[in-house]
Amino acid sequence: MTLIVTDLAIARGGVPVLEGLGFALEPGQALVVRGPNGIGKTTLLRTIAGLQPPLAGQIAGAEDRIAYAGHSDGIKPTLTVTENLNFWAAVFGARGILGALDAYDLHELADRHAGNLSAGQKRRLGLARLLVTGRPIWVLDEPTVSLDKEAVGKFADAVRAHLGQGGSALIATHIDLGLEAATLDVGPFRAVPKPVDDFDGDFL
Amino acid sequence: MSIAAKANTIWQYANPKKFLATSERVLPFFWATAAICLVVGLVWGFFFTPDDFRQGSTVKIIYLHVPSALMAINCWLMMLVTSLVWLVRRHHVSALAARAAAPIGVVMTLIALVTGAIWGQPMWGTWWAWDPRLTSFLILFLFYLGYIALWEAIEDPDTAADLTSVLCLVGSVFAILSRYAVNFWNQGLHQGASVMRAGAVTGTDTTEKVSNVFFYPLFLCIIGFVLLFIALVLYRTGTEIRARRIRALLARERAGA
Amino acid sequence: MIALLFRDLKLAMRAGGGFGLGLVFFLIVTTLVPFAVGPQSDLLASIAPGVLWLGALLACLLSLDRLLALDWEDGTLDLLATAPLPLEAVVSVKALAHWITTGLPLVLAAPVFGVLLNLPGPGFFWLVVSLAVGTPALSVVGTFGAALTVGLKRGGLLLSLLVLPLYVPTLIFGAEVARRGAQGMETGTPLLMLGGITLATIALLPFASAAVLRVNLR
Repeated sequence: MTLIVTDLAIARGGVPVLEGLGFALEPGQALVVRGPNGIGKTTLLRTIAGLQPPLAGQIAGAEDRIAYAGHSDGIKPTLTVTENLNFWAAVFGARGILGALDAYDLHELADRHAGNLSAGQKRRLGLARLLVTGRPIWVLDEPTVSLDKEAVGKFADAVRAHLGQGGSALIATHIDLGLEAATLDVGPFRAVPKPVDDFDGDFL
Repeated sequence: MSIAAKANTIWQYANPKKFLATSERVLPFFWATAAICLVVGLVWGFFFTPDDFRQGSTVKIIYLHVPSALMAINCWLMMLVTSLVWLVRRHHVSALAARAAAPIGVVMTLIALVTGAIWGQPMWGTWWAWDPRLTSFLILFLFYLGYIALWEAIEDPDTAADLTSVLCLVGSVFAILSRYAVNFWNQGLHQGASVMRAGAVTGTDTTEKVSNVFFYPLFLCIIGFVLLFIALVLYRTGTEIRARRIRALLARERAGA
Repeated sequence: MIALLFRDLKLAMRAGGGFGLGLVFFLIVTTLVPFAVGPQSDLLASIAPGVLWLGALLACLLSLDRLLALDWEDGTLDLLATAPLPLEAVVSVKALAHWITTGLPLVLAAPVFGVLLNLPGPGFFWLVVSLAVGTPALSVVGTFGAALTVGLKRGGLLLSLLVLPLYVPTLIFGAEVARRGAQGMETGTPLLMLGGITLATIALLPFASAAVLRVNLR
């Protein structure tokens, strides 16, 4: 099923940041979201993931089909890598975690406490979590932060494999992942402020 | 007029501009009538009513104690209603009215507690007793403080409005629960709510009643407190609306608009 | 849901999880009370039910600010909110885990502390019963308070200010059961009220907690 976003408007801290945004994300496709810092990429992804309501517009085909990965990975430092992954696998309805360990080369770290991992290793664990969710649409916010070149390659491979299985991905990133992906530049959708004297129920 | 049209006439004041314009027009009336009622009621009550045969002149604090206690509770009720309106209809003015009312409610509760203590000292020989009514008001005071503290602690105004509204709802249920729990825990010294009892007004109940001599000025004081409360809420809501407006403008400026 | 419960329990048992801290706090409060009011055993016996209830309540309060804050900081709550679990279930499970790690040890340890405060013989049974019936409400109400203040930098003090007034009915009826039990009086009415409050909070409050958590996550 396609993720279709139409005429979306979103706000951050009560101020509209993007409006009139629309796109469709077909199965097997990846879409890279680009735009300068602070334009509202994170807000856009959180809105699509259902964490906050949009100001206006529709998001179709997102319900219960999105795996979201934000700036923090939701990793518990006192649990081991395996325990962390097993937990998320159980929450999303048990699938094996071996594939996820393979994809990000985590086997050697499997019994380490997550608190002892480096930032890049933690990130790999966070991304491995996506593979155990079994959700078809990945919504990823700056997924390659603190990854080295090799790990970025692994991530790109994982995304390619996911797309190959009919999944799709919406990725906000500044680097080139080497993916066959369309680009969505959100710059032109920057919200135009209403005239200041238009003093309506929202104070905006 | 159809029901829908009638509803429309109420909800149009949810527009901040409309609210400000209207409240500025009616405010002088509320200030003036509140002042008249309070001055007449208090002067009448303090200087032109006889001393109570048992309580002496201490009884006259009733003209402050009873109205402030009534308003302390009614203020919470008003906050509950406006919170519900915000949660259901998302009118910002409603949430801001609740925010504006809370400090007034705190002051009313404090007046009721302090005048009660001043009245209680000569009557019961103690400033404070863990009597159900006194205790309930103390708990109400704590609820007000928590509510205000939550408003102050949260930066985003919409988040703050949502959270405080839910707190107001949950708090109301627990406040009522506490009232019954406290009643169960200790039967107290405080006389019953004697003002509005039928026997009190008609004068058939001779033991615990407020007789007509005291009742008329007291009634005037209650009306005065209600009007004063309305005036204060309208005035403070206007201030909150302007503060919100400034916030929104500043946020726009920071966003580079 | 069960996975979440086991994970929370595991986290509490591991280093830095704070399991048992509430119990130690309870012990310290119980130890300090005689220093404050004097060692007369009949005085201690008469205030023991109330002091033990107050100690249990404060011990519960102590661990509340970690209840959701840790999951908030590391992004787990974001991920749980997008998971197939309804947020109502998440907060209920969190409250249950809090009760198992805080409330249940208090219930089990209360008789020992009762000995320290010269609690009269018949009081032990009723103290344990009242705590067992009442502490789940403390956890559920506390979860609501934690959900309200989860986004705040220094929410701990505010959390206490918000939650303590909500604890009043539970404290009154709980301590009343323990007090009446210690004096050999009939305990039926306050015990029923206490149970009613606990059941009602378990049934209704998770909806409010989930609602405010959703607001805080956006």
